[in-house]
Amino acid sequence: MLEGFFDRVECAATRGDLQSLITDLRDHYGISHIVYHWVNSDGEQWGVGTYDVAWAEHYVKSGYLRVDPVIQGCFQRFHPVEWKRLDWSSKAARALMTEAIEWGVGNQGYSIPLRGPKGQFALFTMNDSCSDETWQGFCDANVRDLLMIAHYFNHKALEFAMPDEEKVQKQLSPRETDALTFLALGYSRAQIAETLDISEHTLRVYVESARFKLGAINTTQAVARALSLGLIVV
Amino acid sequence: MIRYIYADELHKFPRLAGSMFRDRAAQFRDRQGWDVKVNAAGEERDEYDDLNPLYVIWERADGTHGGSMRFLPTVGRTMVNEHFASLIGGGTVESPEIWECTRFCLAPGAEPRVSAALMLAGGEIMTGFGVKHFVGVFDARMVRIYRLIGAAPDILGTEGAGREAISVGLWHFSPRLQMKVALSAGISAELARSWFERAFGASARRSHAAA
Repeated sequence: MLEGFFDRVECAATRGDLQSLITDLRDHYGISHIVYHWVNSDGEQWGVGTYDVAWAEHYVKSGYLRVDPVIQGCFQRFHPVEWKRLDWSSKAARALMTEAIEWGVGNQGYSIPLRGPKGQFALFTMNDSCSDETWQGFCDANVRDLLMIAHYFNHKALEFAMPDEEKVQKQLSPRETDALTFLALGYSRAQIAETLDISEHTLRVYVESARFKLGAINTTQAVARALSLGLIVV
Repeated sequence: MIRYIYADELHKFPRLAGSMFRDRAAQFRDRQGWDVKVNAAGEERDEYDDLNPLYVIWERADGTHGGSMRFLPTVGRTMVNEHFASLIGGGTVESPEIWECTRFCLAPGAEPRVSAALMLAGGEIMTGFGVKHFVGVFDARMVRIYRLIGAAPDILGTEGAGREAISVGLWHFSPRLQMKVALSAGISAELARSWFERAFGASARRSHAAA
């Protein structure tokens, strides 16, 4: 499913497309909510996601941005945040959580901070109602895909929101090009590492980096994208 | 103990932060002869310190700096991508799963276990934040220190020679290596985990034994 998801993000042309993508992604993971939340430096907000629209409007109207520990905990940070690790001790924060739960927001959350040009800041949040242990299992099993999805989603949202920003087509580095070319030729990782005279660990880093630049969920899709974009020739 | 501090919170630890930046001057300018900027207070700072990086710092009992390193995500601006592209064969390294580790520094006379403790802290970051790889800028001395504790980085490229040599490399981390490094540091995995939790908040997931 995720390969198809990445292809659809690539083709997304409207905010409605992003909304239906994020809904499908939520259904795929079988959790309560997934939300993409953009916050401008002047406090302006927009987003797509599966929260009740009325809750999202209420959140904005009530100025919860200023008291939300998730926002406070992610702004100026670059590590993903588990909600349970945040400071919910203030009265305002506890009231926010109580109210959110009444609107169907789950008690467990995992938010990935995202940044783009000109101080752009957004959050990609997974949310559910479940035990700590279940949530831990979900996060551990999916963090890798979710990091990639979150960044790719933000990349697409930036295209919509800042159409005037010059779009820079990601360039593969020479070593990334080599790695993907040999993968496309069907070499094993061990063979490629030997051929390029690098360790398999180093090879993994080049493949990871290429995968991110190409917006691919896995190596197979990265190779396919590189081929179709003419970045590698076999 | 190990502290994890973003730049915007360094002001809460003036003694620790001040001694870190001064020790960086001692290491990078005085000992290694790198062409770095040192301000009137004797502190070495560069443009990447202004990007709100995450510092991992060994704090001594007296509150001063014993050793440190600096992390930035490679999806943003990094030193490797902006200054050392030639050492990685050109181009950039970018991924949410790869963080950059630079300004690896030990205070003059730091005990050997400090570098092992910092390495353990790197492992905590990987486990806690879904990071798979660190790409770092190392000097020759650091490469030697890590080889000694059995955690030599993969060198992607080197410029310069002797004590002025600068390498770009990759840090490995695995549970097996963690055990080995924990032994070198004389610090249990549980203690390393508790320092991480103290910085980033405890949660249920941390009750599990070291990954």
